[in-house]
Amino acid sequence: MIFKLNALNQRRWTLFRANRRGFWSFWIFTLLFLISLFAPLIANDKPILVGYKGEVLFPTLVNYPEAKFGGFLAETNYRDPVNLEEIAANGWMLWPPIHYSYNTTNTELPLPAPSPPASTLSADVACAKYPLKAADPQCSAGNMNWLGTDDQGRDVVARLIYGYRVSIAFGLILTIFSSIIGIAAGAVQGYYGGWTDLIFQRFIDIWSSMPTLYLLIIIAAFVTPTFWLLLSILVLFSWTGLVRLIRAEFLRARNFEYVRAARALGLSNGKIMFRHLLPNAMISAVTFMPFLIAGSVTTLTALDYLGFGLPPGSPSLGELVSQGKNNIQAPWLGFTIFILMSTLLTLLVFIGEAVRDALDPRKTFT
Amino acid sequence: MSDVLLDVKDLSVAFGKNLAVDHVSFSLNKGETLALVGESGSGKSVSALSILKLLPYPAASHPSGQIFFNGEDLLDADEADLRRVRGAKITMIFQEPMTSLNPLHSVEKQIGEILELHQGLKGQAARLKIIELLEKVGIREASTRLQDYPHQLSGGQRQRVMIAMALANKPDLLIADEPTTALDVTVQAQILKLLKDLQQEFGMALLLITHDLGIVRHMADQVCVMQKGKIVERGAAKTVFAKPQHEYTRMLLAAEPKGNPPPADLSAAKIVETRNLKVWFPIRRGFFRKTIGYIKAVDGLDLTVRAGQTLGIVGESGSGKTTTGLAILRLIASEGEITYKGQRIDGFKSKAMRPLRKDMQVVFQDPFGSLSPRLSVLQIVEEGLRIQNPNMNAAERRARVTTALEEVGLDPATMDRYPHEFSGGQRQRIAIARALALEPKFIMLDEPTSALDMSVQAQVVDLLRGLQKKHNLAYLFISHDLKVVRALANEMIVMRNGVVEERGPATEIFNNPQTPYTKALIAASLNLKAIEGIVKQ
Repeated sequence: MIFKLNALNQRRWTLFRANRRGFWSFWIFTLLFLISLFAPLIANDKPILVGYKGEVLFPTLVNYPEAKFGGFLAETNYRDPVNLEEIAANGWMLWPPIHYSYNTTNTELPLPAPSPPASTLSADVACAKYPLKAADPQCSAGNMNWLGTDDQGRDVVARLIYGYRVSIAFGLILTIFSSIIGIAAGAVQGYYGGWTDLIFQRFIDIWSSMPTLYLLIIIAAFVTPTFWLLLSILVLFSWTGLVRLIRAEFLRARNFEYVRAARALGLSNGKIMFRHLLPNAMISAVTFMPFLIAGSVTTLTALDYLGFGLPPGSPSLGELVSQGKNNIQAPWLGFTIFILMSTLLTLLVFIGEAVRDALDPRKTFT
Repeated sequence: MSDVLLDVKDLSVAFGKNLAVDHVSFSLNKGETLALVGESGSGKSVSALSILKLLPYPAASHPSGQIFFNGEDLLDADEADLRRVRGAKITMIFQEPMTSLNPLHSVEKQIGEILELHQGLKGQAARLKIIELLEKVGIREASTRLQDYPHQLSGGQRQRVMIAMALANKPDLLIADEPTTALDVTVQAQILKLLKDLQQEFGMALLLITHDLGIVRHMADQVCVMQKGKIVERGAAKTVFAKPQHEYTRMLLAAEPKGNPPPADLSAAKIVETRNLKVWFPIRRGFFRKTIGYIKAVDGLDLTVRAGQTLGIVGESGSGKTTTGLAILRLIASEGEITYKGQRIDGFKSKAMRPLRKDMQVVFQDPFGSLSPRLSVLQIVEEGLRIQNPNMNAAERRARVTTALEEVGLDPATMDRYPHEFSGGQRQRIAIARALALEPKFIMLDEPTSALDMSVQAQVVDLLRGLQKKHNLAYLFISHDLKVVRALANEMIVMRNGVVEERGPATEIFNNPQTPYTKALIAASLNLKAIEGIVKQ
């Protein structure tokens, strides 16, 4: 029943699809996000499946000590040549397409880090560090750094996939939380109006004039920001974005005759707000959302770039931006992150435009 | 050379693939009045707008047709030629005077712009001309109103300014698109009189677009009746009214609300009573919002609504009719005694009122605004039941909704559709069904017919009368349209500036009005006769 669209939503879906650019952007964005959700199965320094002495193991899910393969470490390094040989001799391994995780350091770097993309190197140069050079079985596509490495020898592709995932997740969660708070606050202000509205508005004026960046810098000075801590701090200041919009919608609609009629039927204020006013206000909120996500992604990237974002070592797009800036001699870093960021933000803006068109009641079919 | 001024031949207008106007021809002689009559959606406004090519091109197109104005084909004319005609030779006035005047321009600037554009008048010369025009359209103390902005003028005055703008360049043809629909009946009569006087003075032709046959009868020499984009009947106004040929014309003529309510029965049980009802809105000024005075919207009103009877409240806009209704339903704050079936309810908080909501219902004026656009008809009608009868299950509610929809003459099979799929009249029926579903004792009807087409008005009035008889309902009927009130109300109150001007049995007031205000109101509403001085401008 949830997926049965009413006439209005059918019209919106048709309009959304009619905007080819936005429609394609939506699918490309969704596809990229779905792919990035499965990042550990695409880029990882552990094989997905291992067959060892007649036993099937799942190294991505279960942590097997090295003792299992005859070693002594608490955690198996599946990229270690000794372990590779041992498993190859007694079974098989199924690797993800990229044999690096976001924090794996490539110990067989052909050139000093940051090392250039493999596609610019010949097989002999790229595999110079392997014992058998280009003929080495380890000189495979999965072990190549297709977009090079950063200045700590970590694979750029792997960091992009994980970083994209974190950025989008951060953007989505931040948008959802700040929308919920913002819509609730805007609804109350717009519906009750008068003094409630006035006091709330002035509070928001004061609240939003607080310097968010300085606060973050101060907080970063005595706690290491984690994903959730960073998120909560940003939510504290970003919820004000939607308030004015929703407030205006409620203020406009609260004297509509159907709201009066609902009051005459004996509905409580909460019910009237939820059933009659919110659906109308949601249109403007939803229209805004892709732009809010784009804004949140940019915020996180900016914080990471400045070094006040996610803890060191986490995959983050902003950290790659700062690496690109610090290593001008390695232009692949800067170009890669530039192309990824601009594509991502462009996709979001295109989607936003299509949503706006689809929800526009005055838009007619042409 | 004949004196044909405007000759429209075989005109069609299409929006995309939909034909809005279908091979229409009409012509208009110098100094004559032609009325295009039809219900909403009949293509009358679109025909008129295409004369000046004011439609949204290229969404609109003309598959066929020619429009000759003084022998020149306007449909073929280029933009520059059209601009010379627009506002100079042909001018228009629109329905809604609030939105057709720029809210940020003073009266002087609005009219001055046109004078400068077409006659090159500026400064003192323009100002004198503007004052002359304003005096001509009957704005009192014109020289003091030059700096006023549209919001400082009343609806009638705004329409007068629009007319002054239209007349500034002494046009040959004035197109009036529903010029009085948004105005009070009393103002309507004045504007119509003004248009007629000015037409004679300037010798211009008038193309009048309206849905109101009363206006046509009063104003027009020639009539074209339009239905669904076609002209179904044409001829001299007198003959069309005397001997309508087409079935649709006859239907329109027969559509005026008819029938009379039974005489007032003063012995019927009192349902709602008020004593000294007051609604005062404070006027606050200054930083601390100190109350410096009050707008007395309703000032000391006594009324009684009886079971099975209708109390009509009439008056111009701003007289406090609607405010009275909302105060009785306790939707706005008020002072004074309100009694429902002998129980004082004026001190009730919203929680205490909730059980009473079942018995006291309301139907609003605008059938487009009073239904939540995002809920289906079933959800709209059953909403009150969910609150008032929480024990009812979904099937029972559905059954009750079915009955309510049948009672108002709608097909219950349509209950899962959304309001935008219904016409204005059907939406008003849904709003009535929503009130009926709760089986109320008292319904406040706030101008329930004024947003509807004439023929639909009559149907709604019949429906309301039938429902009243069947359920012994008490109606508080608020309207500025005395024709509708005459067809429904047993008793009547005439309100003016928040106080009662006259009260009594409806037939008595209609036959023998006592105060000059009531006389003016009745003359304006029923005979379109303007009696100035006592009513608003």
